[in-house]
Amino acid sequence: MTWRTATVVGLHDETATARTLALAVRDWPGHVAGQHIDMRLTAPDGYSAVRSYSIASAPSADGRIEITVEGLPNGEVSPYLTQEIMVGDELELRGTIGGWFVWQSDQTEPVQVVAGGSGIVPLMAMIRSHRSADRSAAFRLLYSVREPAKVFTTMNCRQYQIKATQ
Amino acid sequence: MARNAASILYYVSHQRGYMMPIISRGFSGRRSAAGATLPPGQYLTTDFPVLSAGPTSHILLDRWEFSIDDGSNLLKRWDWKSFRELPTEIITADLHCVIRWSKLGTSWEGVSLDVLLANVKADLPYAMFRSYGDYTTNLPLEDLMNKQAWVAFKYDGTDLGPEHGGPERLLVPHLYLWKSAKWVKGITLMPHHKPGFWEDFGYHIYGDPWQEQRYSEE
Repeated sequence: MTWRTATVVGLHDETATARTLALAVRDWPGHVAGQHIDMRLTAPDGYSAVRSYSIASAPSADGRIEITVEGLPNGEVSPYLTQEIMVGDELELRGTIGGWFVWQSDQTEPVQVVAGGSGIVPLMAMIRSHRSADRSAAFRLLYSVREPAKVFTTMNCRQYQIKATQ
Repeated sequence: MARNAASILYYVSHQRGYMMPIISRGFSGRRSAAGATLPPGQYLTTDFPVLSAGPTSHILLDRWEFSIDDGSNLLKRWDWKSFRELPTEIITADLHCVIRWSKLGTSWEGVSLDVLLANVKADLPYAMFRSYGDYTTNLPLEDLMNKQAWVAFKYDGTDLGPEHGGPERLLVPHLYLWKSAKWVKGITLMPHHKPGFWEDFGYHIYGDPWQEQRYSEE
């Protein structure tokens, strides 16, 4: 599995602490909704750190993916991705990884998924993939967050017919 | 001068098709003291994260059993009572999960595979572990012998909870933690290596964290 160069082409704040990074990936092989990638950051002295992040976007042929990162207060990598990174920066990533918890666009059965907090990210890919595939079978999400302000803005729009309870 | 040297290195490495790592502007990272004792690419956690490929199995002890077979013949079998009458060991182990967290110095009690596989005379060098819930994982037999693997039923002095694999799970701490199958119910001995559940989805057939054998292509 080779490391590929990814360029940050867009940033979108999902909450006060979570951010979506849109990435253009050179020679991206494509993915299935639910899969994840490894991302590598390298410091000037050569020290590197690798973390796995779920892909939030539906599969597409344009070589672009989105990942959504929840910034952890004491994290080593996530605060960099949610606060430091800028459009135009380059990163390294490899993938895709994981073939078990996925939704293929030719699946026709109704689906119920359940997510808590940032655990929604791979399910966002599935929900968006389901929408773009225009499947008639129901796809339902039960989404739990610690407070209303923690709902990712990408998921907080009318197209998803969200029913909120507290 | 230094810049020239760097650009020559860059040129040479690109000629060879080797990609220099991209330096992340403003990233310094955190080099913890624990770094020296961790396998490459791992970070330390004090939590005990729970990851499962399916629902948590809840197994009634009076229906529980553990068996060893060679693919056609049953070689050994225990119910919970006879399993718990086997000699046990206290194990202190470092855990390394393929999704990059490591947890050091965990304490377990279990029955060693040396005990479970004693007197099993099958010239079959590979094992497939089977779990309640249909999870499987493969291991070479030599990685199970000589105090390297246990079927553990206590964690930190108390009965192992179902979310961590209770009533008992495999513990093979020298390999990535997906090899330490939860809710394990038996072993099938095999003549050849055959991929288990995650190995079939692209994870490494062996999974040594110190060699960073995460995925099958590396």
